Amino acid sequence: MRALLALIDRHAGGQRPPLDESMSSNITKVTTHLSPNERLIFDRSQTGRRGYSLPPLDVDEASLDEIIPAEFQRDDDLAGMPEVTEVDVVRHFTRISTWNYSIDQGMYPLGSCTMKYNSRLNEKVARIANFANLHPLAAEAESQGALQVIYELQQHLAEITGLPGISLQPAAGAHGEMTGIMIIRAFIDARDGKEASAQRRTMLIPDSAHGTNPASAHLSGFTVKTIRSTPEGLTDLDHLRELCAHGDVAGLMLTNPNTLGLFEKNIREICRIVHEAGGLVYMDGANMNALVGIARPGDMGVDVIHLNLHKTFSTPHGGGGPGSGPCCCSKELEPFLPVPRIVRSLSRDDEPRAFKLDYDYPQSIGRVKAFLGNYGMMLRALAYILTHGYDGLLEATQAAVLNARYIAHGLQSDYEKPFAGDPMHEVVFTDKRQSRKGAHTLDIAKRLIDYGFHPMTIYFPLIVSGAMLIEPTESVGRQELDQFIDAMRSIAKEALNDPELLLNAPHTTRIGRLDEAAAARKPVLRWQPPAEPHAAATGSSGA
Amino acid sequence: MANVPDNLHYSKDHEWVRVEGDTAVIGITDHAQEQLGDVVYVELPKTGDEFAANDSFGSVESVKAVSEIFTPVAGKVSETNATLNDEPEKVNNDPYGAGWMIKMKMTNPGEVDSLLTAAEYEDFTKAEE
Amino acid sequence: MRYIPNSPEERAEMLEQIGVASTEKLFESIPENLRWRGHLNVPAAMSELELLQRFEEMGAGNRAAQRTCFLGGGAYSHYTPTIVDHLISRSEFFTAYTPYQPEISQGTLQAIFEFQTLVCQLTGMDIANASMYDGSTAMAEAVLMAERVTRRRKVIVSSAVHPQYLEVAHTYVQHAGIDLQRADFDPATGQTLLSAFDALDDQTAAIVIQSPNFFGCVEDVKALADKAHAAGALLVVTVTEAMSFGLLKSPGACGADIVVAEGQSFGVPLSFGGPYVGLFATRDKYARQIPGRLVGEAFDKQGRRGFVLTLATREQHIRREKATSNICTNEGLIALCATIYLETMGRRGIQEVAQQCAHKAHYAARVIEKVPGFALPFSGPFFNEFVVRGPSAAAPLLARLAQEKGVDGGIALSRFNPDQPNDFLVCVTETNTRAQIDALVDGLQSLTS
Repeated sequence: MRALLALIDRHAGGQRPPLDESMSSNITKVTTHLSPNERLIFDRSQTGRRGYSLPPLDVDEASLDEIIPAEFQRDDDLAGMPEVTEVDVVRHFTRISTWNYSIDQGMYPLGSCTMKYNSRLNEKVARIANFANLHPLAAEAESQGALQVIYELQQHLAEITGLPGISLQPAAGAHGEMTGIMIIRAFIDARDGKEASAQRRTMLIPDSAHGTNPASAHLSGFTVKTIRSTPEGLTDLDHLRELCAHGDVAGLMLTNPNTLGLFEKNIREICRIVHEAGGLVYMDGANMNALVGIARPGDMGVDVIHLNLHKTFSTPHGGGGPGSGPCCCSKELEPFLPVPRIVRSLSRDDEPRAFKLDYDYPQSIGRVKAFLGNYGMMLRALAYILTHGYDGLLEATQAAVLNARYIAHGLQSDYEKPFAGDPMHEVVFTDKRQSRKGAHTLDIAKRLIDYGFHPMTIYFPLIVSGAMLIEPTESVGRQELDQFIDAMRSIAKEALNDPELLLNAPHTTRIGRLDEAAAARKPVLRWQPPAEPHAAATGSSGA
Repeated sequence: MANVPDNLHYSKDHEWVRVEGDTAVIGITDHAQEQLGDVVYVELPKTGDEFAANDSFGSVESVKAVSEIFTPVAGKVSETNATLNDEPEKVNNDPYGAGWMIKMKMTNPGEVDSLLTAAEYEDFTKAEE
Repeated sequence: MRYIPNSPEERAEMLEQIGVASTEKLFESIPENLRWRGHLNVPAAMSELELLQRFEEMGAGNRAAQRTCFLGGGAYSHYTPTIVDHLISRSEFFTAYTPYQPEISQGTLQAIFEFQTLVCQLTGMDIANASMYDGSTAMAEAVLMAERVTRRRKVIVSSAVHPQYLEVAHTYVQHAGIDLQRADFDPATGQTLLSAFDALDDQTAAIVIQSPNFFGCVEDVKALADKAHAAGALLVVTVTEAMSFGLLKSPGACGADIVVAEGQSFGVPLSFGGPYVGLFATRDKYARQIPGRLVGEAFDKQGRRGFVLTLATREQHIRREKATSNICTNEGLIALCATIYLETMGRRGIQEVAQQCAHKAHYAARVIEKVPGFALPFSGPFFNEFVVRGPSAAAPLLARLAQEKGVDGGIALSRFNPDQPNDFLVCVTETNTRAQIDALVDGLQSLTS
């Protein structure tokens, strides 16, 4: 247990905040207001309500038993499913939507998430009927526009990353990561043969890595070894050399800029060390927002990378997805990419712009998803790129880094900045100064909610105690940056003068901190209909 | 300040052992449960399972963390604390008593002598901080 | 650039304020030999008007989107009520982040709780997660979960499962030490052969089937569940046409242990294959082995009820390499879309749509069978998809049907299996009118007479 305990931050949510009898709040709320008290849709349900319309059946209605054997038919009449009207649905979701924070409302200073503006124009593009209504198994010749979008996006992403091989099939970053690591595995199997490859099952991962990294490595049959960071927050080259000397290293997964927001200036040397030891380098592209138009992973010696279209390329987070995690790789690794690949036909017989699905890659790792990927996100990402143009893309990167640097400058008098290096698009602080009086990172985050902001990323990366990772993105104006800085400075003062304000925050939301331990001990993961018709609507299934 | 009873043996992985004849009663220390936070789930082995010293025999979860638990001594599981299924909070409230996890018939009862004493464990945890 | 709030002048002021001499200096920590000084080969920025024109122009090349559609095969053309798109377009839903801070994400969390409940109701299972990427990856994850739960390495998958789903499963398990074996289907009925599972033994983790299967045939799920359980194995049931839940007995009621499905039929646009949404449901006892996010009920100090992401210790950000999956971002907004659809259609609507699909499909089958040279090769019962065997190669026939008659009549199975050159898969939904079905049949008739 020891090693893991050393990394666990005791205030990462496991502790109960002290009981408080007198919550201070400036807002007096009526407790029966409609919107905050909206219940579950099942509580609105009334027998006989209908929310839909269908034309009448226009073919002869054979008896169901004739077309489907009775024992295969549903016999529970979908008991428990709601019966509500259209107005019920609209009111229900409109009300509960008001309980959410969102990018349109304000900044999300979430490090590693790149919560930039989700353009409405991109939404319009994705809804163009000729794309929205296109079936994925329609004939290639009849889907040329759709394939062209994929092809063009591939070109742009290949250029941005400096890596020519690309697949847009993965549906999210972690999926793209899994794809990239499987490609490394396939490459080594092919290069060394199965027997020798079996000796190379170690994947090196920095102690600052995102949790998906080791999880993805595991899926490819690798075991994980952790590389230390230096006191400056960069990859420890000596430790890297030491680990590579074992001869069992298949690869290194890293993020650049790393999860501390620092550019790994030794990246070329890092890649050289790993390559010399027979391994490959995978880059987690989550932090590409600091690099677009400025530096290219391909030039750094990286072999394979994944991108997050829902980060760098602004496709909306949607409350938890959908995402899209393209995988880009060097020429050497191209044969292993998932199939099908979207290519341009070279045949003189085909129309000039004929795009095709090509399955002829015998070394491919295979398919990672049905159909071609999260296509709707590709439309949005291409629209993003074309809207920015070559100047706009570079401008976005410059503005993103400037905003982060501006925040770093504004906060460093009040918060401890553990690393002296200049941050790129995100910056990390700790709660060391504030925790003297008992308020910790979690409490600072919760208090920030009372100032109208979504909290920053907390307790990540794990190597920084009480980490607060802040990434404003380019989508925040100076006034809002100043408001954020002022809010954080005010909280810093509160932490020393009146820590109770933080410990019981947030005070201004519809509900306060939830008892997550109780929720995990006795999980209630769905609504259940009441046991008897007269059962009260209180208790865990109602209220 | 975490509680470190004198009559127990300790491991560097924050487990404790109480010797009852040739049976070892094993759990995690007060220091460990403090670090973990509210325990929400404990995964235990089955009666009859055998382990070598320092093998992982289960895991303990809080809301935001999970940690494997290692047996400080070799042996065969004779009993597990099934009440932890419904009341995992016992690990927090009474880590040395009601929060016990497994009982093992020791393969080599002399093994406990190479574990840490209460004083040694206390020094060890202070050094770690 | 209009999405970047700070003008160049403001940025110059900011630089001065923080003591950085120029924008270029912001990137000093990048060694010069890594600085890219090239010019991105991206066109100059396009205005809204130009951009829309560009995409409309490309879209015009998608002729298939403009035709009557009888295509299924894992993606289905159903009607989506108008309010669904309006509601998911609310800023608070689609520009919201993952609900890690529950106090300001209760809208998202409650919607997911409702989603989980609806998935349980439809599948007949105890718990469901907050979504997977799609049906194919959900099935692959189910295979991995079966191995975790049973500690056995062999998994038998029916050959009547969607071919692309089979491919994805192979990709996922190739390094997991899992032996994926196939079970054949009966060429007479189109259903998986029960006898094909005689290879079941105490090393088998699971049987994996799809129902209705890729050929549209409904499997005998209960018989397969019994076979699996007799050997101590799990039954994984995959459903690609989720609308079938409205008419067919739930896999849970038939004894399934894990149910995975593609939820695209529930109000999600076809959109050339994505984004879709994977449904994943299982029994209570496997709660700690299920992949993906879970939303649970929780209370604050004042006793107010809310929702929170829970049992997070299964997931990648905590358990890292020992996680139940590496999944992080899933399909949140699409799950919301399905939730709103299901609640709008409701208990009655889902059943009525399912029944219309079944009646229309069976009408279409009856009329097609009357065309000389056409027959249904499989006798197994079907929901809304069925295989037709024609007198000649299906692919060119369907291409002519599309170009000359403006109808996408089905999917040529030769795409997936060269041994089925004359077979094609027809799907009928509530959106297909009788007139359209008759036109399809007339077209087949006139092109083959």
